[in-house]
Amino acid sequence: MKAFFKGLAVGILSMMVFAAPGFAEDTIKVANAGALSGDLAPYGISALRGVEMAVEDINAKGGILGKKVELLAGDDVCKPEVAVNVATKLVSDGAQMIVGHVCSGATIAANKIYKDANIILISSSATNDDLTLSGEHPNFFRTISNDGAQAALMTAFAKNELKVKKVALIHDKGDYGKGQMELAKAEFDKMGGVDIVLFEGVTTGAMDYTAIVQKIKRSDAELVMWGGYHSDASKIIQMLKKKRVDTLFMGADGIYGDNLPNLAGKYAEGVYATGPNDTSSNPMHQALTKEHQKKYGEDPGTFFITGYTAMQALATAAEKAGTVDYDAMRAAMFEITVDSPMGQIGFDEKGDIVGAGFSVYRVMDGKYQQVN
Amino acid sequence: MRWIKISLGLAVIGIIGFFTVRELLMDPMYFFELFLGGLTRGSIYALIALGYTMVYGIIQLINFAHGEIYMIGAMTALIVASVLGMWGWNTAVIVILAFVFAIVYSCAYGFTVEKIAYKPLRNAPRLSALISAIGMSLFLQNYVMLAQTPDYLPFKSLIPDFKFWEPFVHIITSVEITIIVTTVIVMILLGLLIKFTRIGKAMRATAQDKVMAALLGINVNNVISATFVVGSATAAIGGVLIACHVGQINFYIGFLAGLKAFIAAVLGGIGSIPGAVLGSLVLGISESYFTGYFYSEYEDVFAFTILVIILIFRPSGILGRHDAQKV
Repeated sequence: MKAFFKGLAVGILSMMVFAAPGFAEDTIKVANAGALSGDLAPYGISALRGVEMAVEDINAKGGILGKKVELLAGDDVCKPEVAVNVATKLVSDGAQMIVGHVCSGATIAANKIYKDANIILISSSATNDDLTLSGEHPNFFRTISNDGAQAALMTAFAKNELKVKKVALIHDKGDYGKGQMELAKAEFDKMGGVDIVLFEGVTTGAMDYTAIVQKIKRSDAELVMWGGYHSDASKIIQMLKKKRVDTLFMGADGIYGDNLPNLAGKYAEGVYATGPNDTSSNPMHQALTKEHQKKYGEDPGTFFITGYTAMQALATAAEKAGTVDYDAMRAAMFEITVDSPMGQIGFDEKGDIVGAGFSVYRVMDGKYQQVN
Repeated sequence: MRWIKISLGLAVIGIIGFFTVRELLMDPMYFFELFLGGLTRGSIYALIALGYTMVYGIIQLINFAHGEIYMIGAMTALIVASVLGMWGWNTAVIVILAFVFAIVYSCAYGFTVEKIAYKPLRNAPRLSALISAIGMSLFLQNYVMLAQTPDYLPFKSLIPDFKFWEPFVHIITSVEITIIVTTVIVMILLGLLIKFTRIGKAMRATAQDKVMAALLGINVNNVISATFVVGSATAAIGGVLIACHVGQINFYIGFLAGLKAFIAAVLGGIGSIPGAVLGSLVLGISESYFTGYFYSEYEDVFAFTILVIILIFRPSGILGRHDAQKV
């Protein structure tokens, strides 16, 4: 009996050992990593759905280099420490290209693993400037503009359209939020004419933000600019309105999407946010939106289109290079032009997207509507 | 050593006093608004801290699952309010039922947690019960996350904006007043309960000496259960009130709130009920001033710094008694 179990154990183990390389031969493994649970899950899930749909389309056309694409998924909850574990797991599972991660902090942490493993990483939502501009992440690309572009748009809009003289910059102390507000501060300093009356970080998930709201009120800021995500923004917006503080509120793509209006309800009316350009006039975009509605019964989330484009870019580069090896792939990434739902896009020498940008949106009747 | 402590203490008090007077004179209105904000926050801390301090007073256990009881209170109120709101019930009825259900559910959870996780370990080393408490906390958090959702949920305030209060609403909202008033009422009721009722007397006796109380015919197990139930009820009230104040909740709100309330209880002298209230108010108000006058970045750092400073001077908390070793 004992011998039987021993034999069984050996059998199972050897099956596992032989099974792994067996599959790797005839598929190309692409992994999607991002927050699929936790309060930032709506962002991660929207990107994943875009990638999934792109993989389906690619496989329907015969795959990449004649091989089917196999999609793996990893959930990092947008936490840097979890992201490193997810990255390690995806690499050991044999992922050859990665789409992700969703949050900038998680992406920066995880890319240490991908860089050492020589794997191309393309994100549909991580906007932190350092990822491309610092030069420390040569394997990184993205299908969304960087925070620098976003900050330039936000500050110009605040000064020229909203005509504010005093702003309060509040952030959540994270890589994404704090980085964004530092860029906004630099932009304001550069153009002059706008006073930064407050520059502060708050603790994410704190019990209440009454004290910081009172501080904003005393500073007489006409506009609160927020660097961070929607869950904390919603608390601050509600408290500002409940205390009858007369300011405008503006954030970046971290508060863009349906999540903020859903959470803050009527208090969210009039909130400004920047988000990826509205490309809904593009026929490919319209077809995808229809597909998404048919499949999930709802409108696509914030990073659905950029996620789809990211996967498309990887496929195009691999076809051009004729291989999925790192060096050839990377060289091809700089040369390709992708006919994407965002229009014709490519990548500059740092890995940032060319041919796409941000627009300003405003919450009206519980939904974000484009302003300019 | 003694002189160093005294002079250090005087220096700290001097600096704080100087700043307080200066800011008070410069902008009295802002000073007062921050005070009220801190008072609101401190009241919530106090409602949670009571549970920590009462349980510690009786069985010397730090009930780390207590923050989760507070979260469950808020969650229950949200579910009850949404269902009744959908049925189109009267607002006043919804408010009362939401509070009642939140309290009943939280009490049931508090009672059960004690029976499952702490009672079997009553005579085990204290560390075992502590680990059991942390396990219970993680279990409840994940249970609510899986049963409900990991996202933040909007919580429509149960307390309406009073019309007549509109001119003062920029200073203090009607929800904040409700929080402060409710806390005062709860404190008075609790004081009466402990001072004058049979169960209150039994609680005090058990806190003083468990074995002696048992010898005199007090059912110690019942007293401990009652303590958990009372603590859970106040935490549930705190949970519903803060949800009305902030407007959104998720499964994780109990962690930070519980931690802060625990600090407040230690600050005031864990085991002492007036101490927990005082510690909570000190913590809430000083956090509010720190954010208002310095940097909100370091709010949590500041909370722990106060704890360290006070414990240096009074190792058993502001109102904590320095018990002589039992012989």
